[in-house]
Formats: sequence, C-alpha cells, structure tokens
Amino acid sequence: MSKLRAHRSQGRPGQASSWLATPTLIFLILVILLPLLITVVYSFLSQPTLGTGVKWVFSTDAYRQIFVQEKLDGTTAFDTRYLKVLWNSFYYAGIATITTLILGIPVAMWIATRPVRFRALLVLAVTLPFWTSVLIRTYAVRQLLDETGPVGGFLKIIGVGNSYQILYTPWATIIGLTYTFIPFMILPIYASAERFDFRYAEAGYDLGAKRWTVLRRIVIPGIRPGIIAGIALVFIPGLGSFLQPDMLGGGKTNMIANVIANNFGQARNWPFGSALSVFLLIFTVLFVLMVTTGARSRGDQVRLI
Amino acid sequence: MSAVTTSRPRRRRVNLRNFPLFRGTSIAVLVGMYLPLLLVVFYSFNQNRLAQIWTGFSFKWYDFVFHNDDILRALKNSLIVAVVATILSTLLALGAALGMLRMARSGRVFAWGLLGAPLLIPEIVLAVGTLGFFLTIKVPLGHVALILAHTAFCIPFALLPIRARLAGLDAAPFEAATDLGANEWAILRRITLPLLAPGIFAGALLAFAISLDDFITSFFIAGPGATTLPVYIFGMIRSNVTPAVNALSTLLLIFSATLLLAVYLLNRIRGNK
Amino acid sequence: MIRRSKISKWATSSAIIAAGVLVLAACGGETTTTAPSAAAPAATEAPAASALPATGSGELHLYSWTDYIDPAQLDAFTAETGIQVILDTYDSNETMLAKIQAGATGYDVLVPSDYMVAQMIELGLLENIGVNTLPNAGNIKANLVDVYWDPGRIYSAPYMYGTTGIGVDTTDPAVSGIASWKDYFAAGSVAGNSLDVLKDQTELVSAALRAGGVAPADLCSTDKAQYAAAQELLSTFKPKVIDSDGGIERMVKGSSKARMAWNGSVHRMTVENPNIQFVYPSDGLNLWADNFVVPVGAPDLENAKIFINWMMSPEQAGVASNFSGYDNGIIDSDPFMNDSLKTDPGVVVPADKVALISPTPSCSQEARDLYTEVFTSWQSGQ
Repeated sequence: MSKLRAHRSQGRPGQASSWLATPTLIFLILVILLPLLITVVYSFLSQPTLGTGVKWVFSTDAYRQIFVQEKLDGTTAFDTRYLKVLWNSFYYAGIATITTLILGIPVAMWIATRPVRFRALLVLAVTLPFWTSVLIRTYAVRQLLDETGPVGGFLKIIGVGNSYQILYTPWATIIGLTYTFIPFMILPIYASAERFDFRYAEAGYDLGAKRWTVLRRIVIPGIRPGIIAGIALVFIPGLGSFLQPDMLGGGKTNMIANVIANNFGQARNWPFGSALSVFLLIFTVLFVLMVTTGARSRGDQVRLI
Repeated sequence: MSAVTTSRPRRRRVNLRNFPLFRGTSIAVLVGMYLPLLLVVFYSFNQNRLAQIWTGFSFKWYDFVFHNDDILRALKNSLIVAVVATILSTLLALGAALGMLRMARSGRVFAWGLLGAPLLIPEIVLAVGTLGFFLTIKVPLGHVALILAHTAFCIPFALLPIRARLAGLDAAPFEAATDLGANEWAILRRITLPLLAPGIFAGALLAFAISLDDFITSFFIAGPGATTLPVYIFGMIRSNVTPAVNALSTLLLIFSATLLLAVYLLNRIRGNK
Repeated sequence: MIRRSKISKWATSSAIIAAGVLVLAACGGETTTTAPSAAAPAATEAPAASALPATGSGELHLYSWTDYIDPAQLDAFTAETGIQVILDTYDSNETMLAKIQAGATGYDVLVPSDYMVAQMIELGLLENIGVNTLPNAGNIKANLVDVYWDPGRIYSAPYMYGTTGIGVDTTDPAVSGIASWKDYFAAGSVAGNSLDVLKDQTELVSAALRAGGVAPADLCSTDKAQYAAAQELLSTFKPKVIDSDGGIERMVKGSSKARMAWNGSVHRMTVENPNIQFVYPSDGLNLWADNFVVPVGAPDLENAKIFINWMMSPEQAGVASNFSGYDNGIIDSDPFMNDSLKTDPGVVVPADKVALISPTPSCSQEARDLYTEVFTSWQSGQ
C-alpha cells in the first residue's frame, strides 16, 4: 500500500506536503497583501485637520489632488506638478536603465567568455557592492561627486572647476541610480550569457558576418531573457527609489518615493501619499505583466526570481 | 568550451569570443564600482572633522565609533532584528520551497506572485503600507513590528538559494528511499534537509545581509529605542557629516564582504555532481 | 553713552528679546482652530509639588532633533542620576508627530517647537506633568512662562530658542550684500548661485511673504492675493541646495555661500569660519522656541520629570547652549556659556534688531493649505 502511494506521488525530488507552504503564504498575506490593501483603503480616506494619520471618512480628494490644483487666483486647473514628478521618476529610472544596459551587456558578456575559473571570482567582484547598504553606496557616490571631492579637485586642476556642478542636479541622481543598480543588470544578463551557445556566433562568423552584426543579430537576441530580466530588475526598483534623489539631488530632484515619504512625514497627508503609492503600485504591476507576457509570447523563459 | 577557430585560414588567431571594447568597458565598470567605496574607506582615516578636506591620518573616528553608545545600541538593534528575521524568513522560505513543488498550477502561480512581491514592489509602497497596517491593527512600532516587516521581505531572498539547490537535486536518493518504504517525513528529515543544507545556509546569510542593510522600511517602522544602524547612519549624514560616518561605513563594508565570501566559499565546497 | 560690559549687555538683550516674544506672541501668530487658553482644560489642577528624587533607575527614551542635544551632556545625566538615556532623532516636528500618532508609544520626552506643542495639547497627546511645580521651574525666564502655546508652563519646559535668518559668507561679493529676504531671493534667482535654503515649508513661505511686505500679524491670513504674490516671487528662486541638514558643513567648506539658517547653526559655522555672519533680514524674521514635553503614556514618567527638571538648571542650560549655539530659556545660565556665544550678534540680538523679530506663524488649517500650495508649486518648479 505504502509503496503504491509512494510511486503515485513520485514527483520532484524533495517535495513534501503542500501544507508546509501554508504558514509562509499566510504570513505573506498578512504582512504584504494586507498592508497593500490598507494603502488602497487609506487613499480613499480624508486628511485630519489636526495631526497625522487618517480620518475614517470616505473621500476621493486624494486622487483629485493628483490631477487638480486649486490655484491661488481662485481657479482650478489641471495639476501638472505631480504628473511632472511621475514623469521625472520614469525619466531618471529610464536613463539609468538604459545606461546600465549599455554598460551591463559588455561586462556580462566579457565575464561569460573568460575561462571558467575566473568567472566565479569576477561574479563575486560584481556582487560584492550589492551586499553593502544602499545608504552607504549612495553616500559614497555623494563623496565622489562633491566639488571638494576628487572629481571636483581633478576638474579644478584641468581648469573647468568653476563651472563644475554635478552634485545636487538630476545627473547626480541618475549617476547614483546607475551605480546602485548596475549589479542588478549585470547578473541576470550574465546568467543568460553563460548559457548562450557560442556555436551560433561561430556560425555567423563562418557565414562572413562582422563582429558587430554577430553581436547585434545573434548574441543579443540569444541573451534576451537576461536582458529583459535585467531591465525589469533595474527599472522597477529605480522607479521607486528614495535615497538617491534625496541624498544626491539636493532636494531638487523629487521622485515619486520622495513625495510619498514627504506626505507621510512633514506634509502629513497620508491619504494623498497612499494615493501616490497606489499609482506607483499600478505602474509596477503593469510593467511586470508587460514584461512577462511579452516574453512568454515570444517563447522566452523569463524568470525574475 | 574552448575558443575554437574555424578551418578557414585566418591572417591571425583571433578569439571569437572577444568583442571590441568589451574588455575596456568591463574593467572601467569594475573600477568605477569600487572607486566610491574606496573613497569612503580613504576618508575614514581623515583627521579633519570635514570628511573631504584631508588634513592627516588618524584612527580617531574608529575610536569614536567603538565608544559611542548610540551607535552600539543601533548596532545591537540591527543585529537582534536581523537574527530573528533571518531565522523566521529562512524557515518560512524552506517550507514554501518544499511545499510548493506539489501544488496545483494555479496555487503555484499565486504563491510565486506572493513570494516575489517584496522583490518587485517598490519598498516605499510596502513601508508606508506596513506603517498604516500596524497602526490600524494597533501594533506598536518597535522591535516586534520591525521583525515582522523584515521577515516578510527577507523571505524571497532566503528562497533563492534554497530553490536553486532544490532544483538541482538528483532524484536517485529519493527514489531509493521510497523504494525502501520510507514515509514522507523520514525522507524530509533524513535526505532532503541534509542535502539542502548549503542552500539553506546561503539563504540565511543572504536574508541576514538584506535585513542588516535595510533602510526605508526601518525608517518608517522603527519605534522608540529600535533605531537600526542604517537609520542611525542616515541621521548622522543628515546632521553632522564627519568621518565617523565613513568609519562606520567601512566597518559595515568589511562585514558584508566577509559574509559574501562565506557564501561564496560555501558554494565552492557544495560538492557538485 | 555708558559703556556696559558685554555680559550685562547680553542680559539686557535677552530681556528685550524675551519681552518682544511676549508682546508679539500675544497679538501675532494665530494658533490652530481653538484658542490655546481654552484648549488646556486640565491645566487648572496642576499636581501638587512634590520633592523630585535626585536619582532614578532604568531608562529614559528621548526623541529629539538630530544633532540638537549634547551626547556628553546625556552621559553626565546618566552619571549623576543613574538613568540611562536612549536617544532617537527626527528632522521635523511633523515627522515626530507622525511617529507618535502612528503608535510609537515608548518615548518619554519629546522636543517639539512652539506651534507643535499647541497642536499636541489640542490633540490630547501631552501628559500634564505640571512643569511649573518642578523644583527648577523658578529658573524659567520670566517672559517665557506665559507663552501662547502653554500659558503658565504646565505641559512644557523651555529648551532652546532662536531665530531663522540668513547665514552669509561675507567674503563672497555675490552674497555679502544680502540684508533682507528680498535680497536673498533675488540672489537665489541668479543662475549658478551658491545659495542653500531650508527644506521647511513654514520658513520658506513666511520669508517670501515678508519679502513681499506682509506684516507679521498677517502671516496667517487667508488672503490668497498675498500668497499669489509670494508664489510669484518664488517662481524664479532656484537655490543650489534645498536641505535642512548638512548646511553647516557646506558653508564651512565653502561649497555654499549663503543659507537660510537657524541662528545657532550659523553660530557653529562662525566658530569654524569667522567669515560667516548671521544676517537679520530687514523685512523681518521668525522667532521659534523648542520645548521639552512628555507624551501621554510615557513608560518612564518619573525619569522624564527628573530629566526635564535637570535640564532647567542654569548650568545644564548653559552646557546645552554651548553645544547647539542657541540661547536658552533659563536665567543665570550666562556664567556657563561660552564667550563666543555671548559675543555673537547672531545669538545675542542687537537692540536695533529686536523689532524685526516675530514668532513663527502658527496658522489655521486653511492658511496652512495655502502655505502648502505655494511650497509645492515652488518645489515642483525646481
């Protein structure tokens, strides 16, 4: 009897009762899903007149506030300010994604084409910064870009010092985002690159193609799953990043996470902050769906985790 | 796979694997990744109070860090939260990894979505949502709230190495065990877990590092006396930037590097097939 | 002209400025929806004055502004009383309020500013500890006893008070001529400027209102036209850095040449770089006062009272002033204060500048929404 049962349930090695997963799922529902639900609920509540928190009175003011501005001359107008922040977030995260992509493909391919014994070490070298706190890495970029730092000092020596200003501009934020997320781009692409069969590339050379053509039409399509995973792993967290614009942007680069944090802090408008969070969440979900269904329709195996 | 040239005669031996500028770019990127960190380390030895104006070599900021009660308390908080969150998240991740193998397809998709959520959802959204959640169910902000929040986002990180290891398991020992009449729990206890051990350990280390380094969630959820180290460092950067920040950062860098090396070596002695 | 010694000039000035606080506080600065005197219902019965123990045990959870309390002073407190102090920090009153209301129930002592004390009393968040019955209560400067946010000092004890003006590097021609908020905003409208500004909605918008000629009494009015004018003024203001923190370092090392700043932080800049001076804008500036309070439900009530009482001694007030760079609300603390503080015109208000000072506006929700509107528009245009 027991043997029959054992044979019938012969599946993947190591599998066990599906009940083992239940505590985890319950925990995650409690600590991940419910908070997200609360955020949605909060976005439909009102701001209290005094103090922080929410007043349990239904209101769509928070969403209205994103789009409508009560101007000081008494008119109401379409509010572009928060949409501008949203746009900035997409823009900065987008540029950072493109930059990490342009830098990440060469690095990943280069590591993948090294002798095996070096690869693990190189991957280690790429991964190590990722293991330090984002706070420390952003602080490091700030020290690097500060005009009294080495970059500024060097530029002063070669004579362009006085017009040098990178820190406290959007470019500093983009540099910070690129710096933080580049391991997130390199590693998935490397995972794909390692599995890439170079004989396809060799076939291309045999047929007389130049390097650039081989790269463009054989290699890159071949590592596409990694590229797509990398784009998702950079763009999505980049969109929601808080520290880089805060520490590097000088208070002038506001991405959506900064506005959300401000509304849960100094601005004391929790419903509004929640509404913005809902927006960010919707964009994130849409982007992930776009990436995974797009990939699946092409037959790619895209695994983000 | 070795570099293979074709049978066509070539003017010189060229490694087909190499693309132009890739090596230069890679070296530049790797240097660029470490340059800011090296700068932080460098300035940590600055005698001057202003971190970036070098006036001489000194250990005094390290001395300051080791004797500062607030820093030590923040470190203690970070460690407590990280250790407990690691244990919880690793156990939960293990259960999920083992249990999901046998789930129906729809259940599995839902489970994967839930497990991957903390990775994909921007942390600010989760942080403020968790703040509102704890407020609504009247859980006071502090160590407990922090541990719960940390456990949640550590689970997917602990899961990664476990799942990788699980996928690579050879079916033979399991088949042999069932043939010999072992029941599920015996298999789990005596075969699965020992085989998974390196993955479990790697997952735990990963979860530990993630919890230790976390900022945004800790910033919102930390309560009285529960300030963690990154939150404290943020306060230091905000108020009074001295090389003490650099010294503290350097120490954390060394610690993280050591952890990572441990994981790396663990993978090396895994004993591949 | 009788030449007075600097120290008694100091005492005279602080008396003048404190009188200014009283007078202007009584008729300026509209508080939130209900008047503070009506909103202190429990103030009638203060707890009977009991002898406060000199030592205690256990912990004290202190929640204060970053870099505002001397860690060495806290160590001294522990050495004297045996109470362990655990310090957490915040960067704005609203952040602190948000944490308290969000369920951070373990704090014993908070350090809110004037208007925030009024709000917290109205919200019922503060414990009635009867500050006026503590042994050292007699040390409170006479004109800081009946303040608009806590008449008679029931809920709060004074800590530091100061003004928000402009810190200027006098060696830089682009900024050395700044004498008013109007000049400051004009300098910040020049491309490539080296000005910083506080990331503080109330300070920025009230400064813009003052620059537009609004009188202190009208800083909380709901007249939209004056806010529209302020918004217009700010539309060209693009400073180099918007940050409430880290300003001292930037000014001292010369990355920034001028900064909207609290007078105490400018004092700390001056100590390290004597070229930096505090400017009292001719169109007026804000006066604020920070206070120690105890939130309802504080776990270590006795220790909180011991701490607050201890901080109200002249010596401790002097030590605190030396660290933070501000003047304090305790009499006879002069002997314990650094000479550099007493001779700094940014800290000791010169007689001719007293008239420029008025309390930070504490406005109704409607007025605050207008402030938010101006601030958000400005921020979005950066």
